[in-house]
Amino acid sequence: MPDSQRLSLYVPEPAVRPGGLPDFSNVKIAKAGAVPRPEVDVASEDIRDLAYSIIRVLNQEGEAVGPWAGLLSDEALLTGLRNMMKLRAFDARMLMAQRQGKTSFYMQHLGEEAVSCAVRKALNKGDMNFPTYRQAGLLIADDYPMVEMMNQIFSNENDPLRGRQLPIMYSSKEHGFFTISGNLATQYVQAVGWAMASAIKNDTRIAAAWIGDGSTAESDFHSALVFASTYRAPVILNIVNNQWAISTFQGIARGGSGTFAARGLGFGIPALRVDGNDYLAVYAVARWAAERARRNLGPTLIEYVTYRVGAHSTSDDPSAYRPKTESDAWPLGDPVLRLKKHLILKGVWSEERHVQAEAEILDEVIDAQKRAEEHGTLHAGGKPSVRDIFEGVYAEMPPHIRRQRQKAGY
Amino acid sequence: MPRCRRTFAASGRKRGIDMARMTMIEAVRSAMDISMARDEDVVVFGEDVGYFGGVFRCTQGLQAKYGKTRCFDTPISESGIVGTAIGMAAYGLKPCVEIQFADYMYPAYDQITQEAARIRYRSNGDFTCPIVLRMPTGGGIFGGQTHSQSPEALFTHVCGLKVVVPSNPYDAKGLLIAAIEDPDPVMFLEPKRLYNGPFDGHHERPVTPWSKHELGEVPEDHYAIPIGKAEIRRAGSGVTVIAYGTMVHVALAAAEDTGVDAEVIDLRSLLPLDLDTIVQSVSKTGRCVVVHEATLTSGFGAEIVALLQEHCFYHLEAPIVRVAGWDTPYPHAQEWDYFPGPARVGRALAEVMEA
Repeated sequence: MPDSQRLSLYVPEPAVRPGGLPDFSNVKIAKAGAVPRPEVDVASEDIRDLAYSIIRVLNQEGEAVGPWAGLLSDEALLTGLRNMMKLRAFDARMLMAQRQGKTSFYMQHLGEEAVSCAVRKALNKGDMNFPTYRQAGLLIADDYPMVEMMNQIFSNENDPLRGRQLPIMYSSKEHGFFTISGNLATQYVQAVGWAMASAIKNDTRIAAAWIGDGSTAESDFHSALVFASTYRAPVILNIVNNQWAISTFQGIARGGSGTFAARGLGFGIPALRVDGNDYLAVYAVARWAAERARRNLGPTLIEYVTYRVGAHSTSDDPSAYRPKTESDAWPLGDPVLRLKKHLILKGVWSEERHVQAEAEILDEVIDAQKRAEEHGTLHAGGKPSVRDIFEGVYAEMPPHIRRQRQKAGY
Repeated sequence: MPRCRRTFAASGRKRGIDMARMTMIEAVRSAMDISMARDEDVVVFGEDVGYFGGVFRCTQGLQAKYGKTRCFDTPISESGIVGTAIGMAAYGLKPCVEIQFADYMYPAYDQITQEAARIRYRSNGDFTCPIVLRMPTGGGIFGGQTHSQSPEALFTHVCGLKVVVPSNPYDAKGLLIAAIEDPDPVMFLEPKRLYNGPFDGHHERPVTPWSKHELGEVPEDHYAIPIGKAEIRRAGSGVTVIAYGTMVHVALAAAEDTGVDAEVIDLRSLLPLDLDTIVQSVSKTGRCVVVHEATLTSGFGAEIVALLQEHCFYHLEAPIVRVAGWDTPYPHAQEWDYFPGPARVGRALAEVMEA
C-alpha cells in the first residue's frame, strides 16, 4: 500500500455561537453608491462581479447616492416607509395574538420588511409572486386588507382558506400572491413555469420567485435555474439571505460558493447582490430585473442580504444557537430606521410625524384585529365548517369523499 | 347486467363517425393532437418529446404542427417538468407533460403530491392545477428495475390526484382527452407493453397487432370517456376478475385458457374508483381475483379487497385472492418469472373456484 493521506470531513461552523461576541467581519460591504448600474441588456458574463458585491443606495448619513438612486418620488418613499411600519406593527400584534392562544403559529418579518415591501412596488398589477412564508409585505404593499390576513391567521369563519392552511400561508390571485405551500423551494420552479406560460401566450406579465438562503440547497432551486436559463423565462429569481435557516447558518447551504447570487453565474443568469435593508436599493435592483424580464431578456437572480432579527417562527428560540446581541451588530442596520433617516434628511418627514404615524398604524391594525376577532379566533367563536374539510379536494366531489363526509356527519 | 361496448365494432364510418385503426401510441398522439387543435392553452413537453417526438413516439409530429412553444423538449429534470407545469396551470394553461418512464417520476413526487394535488384545496379554489402527467408504465419489455415499474398506488394514496390506466387504444384516446379537459391533476399511466398490441402475457407467442383488435378501432375526432367508470370486458358468473392496464388482457387470456366462467372488469380509472360496478359483479359471482403488475404489499389490490369485504362480505363464497408482482425489484433476466402472467392468474382462478 502506498502512503495515503487519511481523509477528514469538513463541517462548516458560524463565526460565533451563544456566549461569543457577534462578528460580521466576513460580510464585506461595498460603499453606498459604489457599484455600477449596467444596462439591462448586459451579458451576464460582463457583470460577474455584481454577484459578489452589495448594491447600496443609502449611505451612513442617510443620503441616496450613486447610479441606483433617484428612482422613487418622495411620495413613493413615504408609502414605502408606511408599508414597512405597517408590516412591523401587524407582526407585533399577531405575535401577541399567538401568545394569547388566538392562533397556533406565527412568522414575523422583523428586519426584513424592506425586501417584500419594495419588490412589490417594482412589480405591476397582474404580475405573479410565488412567495415563501416571509413575504407578507407583498400583500401589505399591495393594500390587501389586513382583516383578511387576520381571518386566515385566526382560521375563523371568514377565513378565505376555510381553515385548511397553517396561519400566514395566504393566497390571493387578485393580488399576485400564489398560495403558499409551507414546503420549501417547490414554488421557485413553479414561478418559472408561470413566467414561461406568460411568454408562450405572448402576454406582458412577469413572475417573481422567492426562496430563502437555506432552501437554495433544494433540487427544485436548481431545476428552476436551469429551466429559467434554458427558456429565458421572464422571471425575477429572488433569494432572501437572512443569514439563518432556523438554527442553521447560511454557510451550510452556501457551501464553497462565495455568495448565493453566484449560483446564477453557472446558468448564465445575470446575478446581483443587494443590501436587503435598503428600501431604495431593493426597489432599484428589482426594477432593473423587472425591466429585463419585460423586455424579454430573461431571468435575473437577486440575493437580498438581510438579517432575521426575530425567531424563525413562534416555535423557535434563536438564543439557543446565536448570540442574543447578534442582531444589534448586524452591519446593514434596520430598514425602517434607515428609510426614516433618509426622509427626515430630505425634509419630508420628522420624528414627530413618525411617532404620529406609528400611532395611526397601530390603530389601523387594532381595528382590523377587532373586526377579524368578531368572526372568531382559532379556539373561540366562529370557525369554518367540518364540511370544509371535504370540499375542494377536487372540483367535483368524488363518491368516496362524499361517503366519508356523510360518515363524519356532514 | 354486463355492459359490453360494441358501438364502434365495425370498421369505416359507423353512425356518422369516422373510424381509424390506431395503435395505443397513435391513439394517445391523436388525443393530444385533437386537444391542442381545440384548445390553444394545451401545451405538451417533456424529455425528447419535441423534435424527436418522444422515445415511444407518442408526441411525433406535434411540434411540427403546433410550433415549438406548444410542444418542446425539456432538460432531464422531472421536478422541473412537473414544477413548471404546475406554474403554467396556475397561469391558466393546460399542460399535458410526459414523464419518459413512470420509474423517473420520483424526483417530481414532491411537486405531484404536495403541490399539484393540493393547490385547489389549500387555496380554496383561488388557484387550480389542471395538469396531466403521462407516463409509460409496467414491464414486459426487458426494461429491468428502472423501466418497468407500476407506481399507481403511490398516486392513489394521495388525495387530490386522479389516476387513470387505459388498456386499449379506444380508451386511451377517450380517457386522455377527458384527462386533459379535467379541472384537476390526472396521472395517466400508459402500459407500455400495450402500446403496439393487446399483450396477454403469453410472451412466447406473437402479439396480435391493434389493427386486428376491435378496440384498435378509434374515432378520428374528439370524444371523451368519463374518468371513474369501469368497463366489463368479459361477462361471466363464476368469478370476478378485477384488473387494469396490461393485466386486463392477461386476465382475459387466463379465463380463456382455464375455461372458468370469469367476469373480467377493466377498472380504467383507479381514482375515482367505479365501486358500484365491482360491488355489483362480486355480489353476483361471490368470488374474486384481483390482478395487478405492481408489487403486492400495499398495492392497489389491497384497497380493492378492503372495499369488497366492506361492501360484499355476505356475498363472498371464497377468500379473495390477489395476483401481483412479487415484492422484489423488477428483475431483468427473470422477467417472465416476475410478470404475473396467465398461468399464475389461471392458478388463482382455480384456487378461488375450488374454495
